Amino acid sequence: MAAKSNLVNMALCLTAICLVCSALLAGVYAVTAEPIEQAARKALVAAISKVLPEGGEISDAKTAEFGGQKYEYYESSRDGQPLGWAVKTSTIGFGGPLTLLAGITPDGQVYAVEVLSHSETPGLGAKCTSDQRFISQFRGFDTRSKQLKVRKDGGDLDAITASTITSRAYALAVSNAAELVATLQKDKEE
Amino acid sequence: MEYFLIIISAIFVNNIVLAQFLGVCPFLGVSNKLSTATGMSGAVCFVITLATVVTYLINQYLLVPFGLDKFMQTIVFILVIAALVQTVEIVLKKISPSLYQALGIFLPLITTNCAVLGVAINVVTKEFSFGGGAAHMMGLGEATVYALATSLGYGLAMILFAGMREHLAANEVPKAFKGLPIAMITVGIMAMAFLGFSGIV
Amino acid sequence: MANKLSLITKGLVKENPTFVLVLGMCPTLATTTSAVNGLEMGLATMFVLILSNIVISLIAPVVPDKVHIPAYIVVIATFVTLLQLLMQAFTPDVYATLGLFIPLIVVNCIVLGRAEAFASKNSVGDSALDGIGIGIGFTLTLTVIGIVREILGSGSIFGWKFIAGDGILAFVMAPGAFLVLGYLMVLFNKLAKK
Repeated sequence: MAAKSNLVNMALCLTAICLVCSALLAGVYAVTAEPIEQAARKALVAAISKVLPEGGEISDAKTAEFGGQKYEYYESSRDGQPLGWAVKTSTIGFGGPLTLLAGITPDGQVYAVEVLSHSETPGLGAKCTSDQRFISQFRGFDTRSKQLKVRKDGGDLDAITASTITSRAYALAVSNAAELVATLQKDKEE
Repeated sequence: MEYFLIIISAIFVNNIVLAQFLGVCPFLGVSNKLSTATGMSGAVCFVITLATVVTYLINQYLLVPFGLDKFMQTIVFILVIAALVQTVEIVLKKISPSLYQALGIFLPLITTNCAVLGVAINVVTKEFSFGGGAAHMMGLGEATVYALATSLGYGLAMILFAGMREHLAANEVPKAFKGLPIAMITVGIMAMAFLGFSGIV
Repeated sequence: MANKLSLITKGLVKENPTFVLVLGMCPTLATTTSAVNGLEMGLATMFVLILSNIVISLIAPVVPDKVHIPAYIVVIATFVTLLQLLMQAFTPDVYATLGLFIPLIVVNCIVLGRAEAFASKNSVGDSALDGIGIGIGFTLTLTVIGIVREILGSGSIFGWKFIAGDGILAFVMAPGAFLVLGYLMVLFNKLAKK
């Protein structure tokens, strides 16, 4: 059946297989690198356009520091007037990091929020991506007159049933984004 | 404090078998007897910790600098683990025959234990956060503690389960339930008990 | 002809990878939270299984005996990485859902098991058929487990909801995976005995 083993043919055979395989993978990687990057960019652009008003021109990624954490954000503007900011904001949920993209308009309102990645429990915290009753509360939420906190903590948001920790993390992430945008605006005025 | 949280989280809350489903095959395969389960747990602890440290270093200092981590990670990691297991086997045979007697027969099985590769890949690709800190990639220290704690969790689950299976074997169960099915249902109930830990970290 | 057909059908019952061979438990339990997830994981594994079976049956005669395991692992790992790259490029959403369990196909005992037990001793054509057969068996089983867990856990089938509100959450979470698989094994044993 299989060839008899000796040191030479063992080494030769493994080397050959490894060479062929890595060459193949390097080739495929070179071909797929572009589509992979495009897919990631497309997902990000899609998320940004969902959380910001339509018709703006979206800037490249910018970074800002706020409260000891680094944030990545995108500015959307039309005719030099800002339409809103999409802030990538991350907090700790129930199962691990919860990363959102929060769109904030210049008047301090939340336009919409998209979940970029999470590791919440399926059927419980993971509903933060699908529970319309929870998600819709954020649309048009005025961060200047209302509190971005769940009711249990004295805020104005209804938490997802049986998932207070996820809801808290979600609210905190959006609230951080809103505060970041507020400081950005203040810096600009000065 | 952070290390303490990593340990609690890895052993109880995110138990590798009962919550993450890694290493289930050997978990079912060698948990018939308490003594073999203990031996396997020891070997797994040793290999997971060692493999995670080695693959972490290789990833950090070889793959990432040369931009190979995107497409060579899986191949390199599995080969490193296979080579490592072989080396451990040879070294153990030479320096500690008694330990080799205890762990030796389990070592070859460990290469295809997905817990080893799973932990190694998780550590270098996923962001972690413990105790409310910011999410970040693990450093070497954290990765080592995480790997050790995870494998201790594996051992704990395996030994507890082996204890139960020994009792199960002595009991009458319906014919269709005999062997694996009843074992699987028992693990399900165990996993439910471990759900009680969730939320404490 | 009947012989060739039996290569494909044996994966369904006689050598069902999950219920009879009890291999590849990790993805079986972890990715079957819904019918679609189970189906996708099964197809991903089938892809690797078929290609690695074909290549391994080709190289088996020239690979020295002592290094055949590492050689096979490299071949399997190559196809797994290939799959990873393709999925990242063309189905990023699926890749994000299945996550870690795609690279872990490398250590799925089914793939290496078939390479050792079948592909290394049989012709290319038969090995490909064997890959397809076992792959279909694995895919079907994962989909069935996914369907059961989705019905009980989320009250839906393939994403179509038939009850308002939630199902029994435990079935989507870890314990449900073990319980459903355990009871399905019982059922399989009962039916297969007849």
